[in-house]
Amino acid sequence: MHELGIVFHMIETLETVAAQNDLTVIGRVTLELGEVTGILPDYLLDCWRWAADRTELLKGAELELHQIPAVTVCNACGRTYATVEHGKICPHCQSPETVLLRGNEIEIATVEGY
Amino acid sequence: MDRIKIIDVHEDVLANNDRAAEALRARLHDAGTLLINLMSSPGSGKTTLLNATLDAVADRLSIGIMEADVDSDVDAYSVQRHGARAVQLHTGGMCHLDAAMCEQGLRELGTQGLDAVFIENVGNLICPAEFDTGAARKVMILSTPEGHDKPLKYPLMFEVSDVVIVSKMDVAEYFDFSLEELERNVRMRNPQVRIMPLSAKTGEGMQQWIDWLLGEVAAWKA
Ligand SMILES: Nc1nc2c(ncn2[C@@H]2O[C@H](COP(=O)(O)OP(=O)(O)O)[C@@H](O)[C@H]2O)c(=O)[nH]1
Ligand SMILES: [Mg+2]
Ligand SMILES: [Zn+2]
Repeated sequence: MHELGIVFHMIETLETVAAQNDLTVIGRVTLELGEVTGILPDYLLDCWRWAADRTELLKGAELELHQIPAVTVCNACGRTYATVEHGKICPHCQSPETVLLRGNEIEIATVEGY
Repeated sequence: MDRIKIIDVHEDVLANNDRAAEALRARLHDAGTLLINLMSSPGSGKTTLLNATLDAVADRLSIGIMEADVDSDVDAYSVQRHGARAVQLHTGGMCHLDAAMCEQGLRELGTQGLDAVFIENVGNLICPAEFDTGAARKVMILSTPEGHDKPLKYPLMFEVSDVVIVSKMDVAEYFDFSLEELERNVRMRNPQVRIMPLSAKTGEGMQQWIDWLLGEVAAWKA
């Protein structure tokens, strides 16, 4: 259900993109999806199909997902590590002073249409 | 047929929502109303805590409540009995609130004269963590029957929260709940977070929560 909310926000953004670029039909959308967004790709695709087909602009449009692995950087030792495996504590130096570098993206990358 | 165009968008899907939330937060700052987003699983004790809070600050703060939990008309009545101005938000069956829904609810509620407004968010530990509602503070409740390993399963909720309330401390012993382990699991995700064990039923631990609330309201108006 969370995925449906994301899809509604996507459609809103895509309608703006279409208006700005004089598109009347969008056939394909690529989305960069981070590993720790909590979004399930299969659900997202189901919600997309359901919601997109109910709009003129996006009827039948294909959604392609590019998954981005989550990486955290440690401010204490400067090294990076896999977020999902180690969480918030740096596995190299045990510092909690860490920041998520990537993996939280829900970003529309490209749009194809006419 | 028209030529097919490929457009490089690179736009965050939630960028619109984030802008709306930021604007709402700024407006509420000017108005001196502290908006607090209260999140938890269903049945963790959001309504019970709100009622106890309203009773405790009745002569010190004016409080509004926006109920968004699924099927929570009952909750809106319950908090009204405890002296709050309350509205029921309609999320259309959605699992979370976004800034636009929140703004509409605030318009219905009217923030004039309110020191603080609580959102009783949809009962769910995943989706509400993702969406900025425009709230100034995020508070989550974990009840002891849910277990001390929840932060490992729902990391984002624990990362974005300013306060983690551990509710139903009066029954902790029946659920083999370890506060120590909970604290360790939470700190791994969010070293700065405030953790407040309490029971809205017995009143144990309520004072530090009330003190926090009074302090935050004063700081927001300063
Ligand atoms: N033992 C105990 N039960 C509580 C406490 N707080 C809430 N409850 C009970 O937990 C149930 C769900 O509480 P409620 O506030 O409706 O949860 P909500 O769905 O998060 O709003 C109710 O039966 C409450 O009486 C507490 O501190 N101790
Ligand atoms: Mg409730
Ligand atoms: Zn390190």
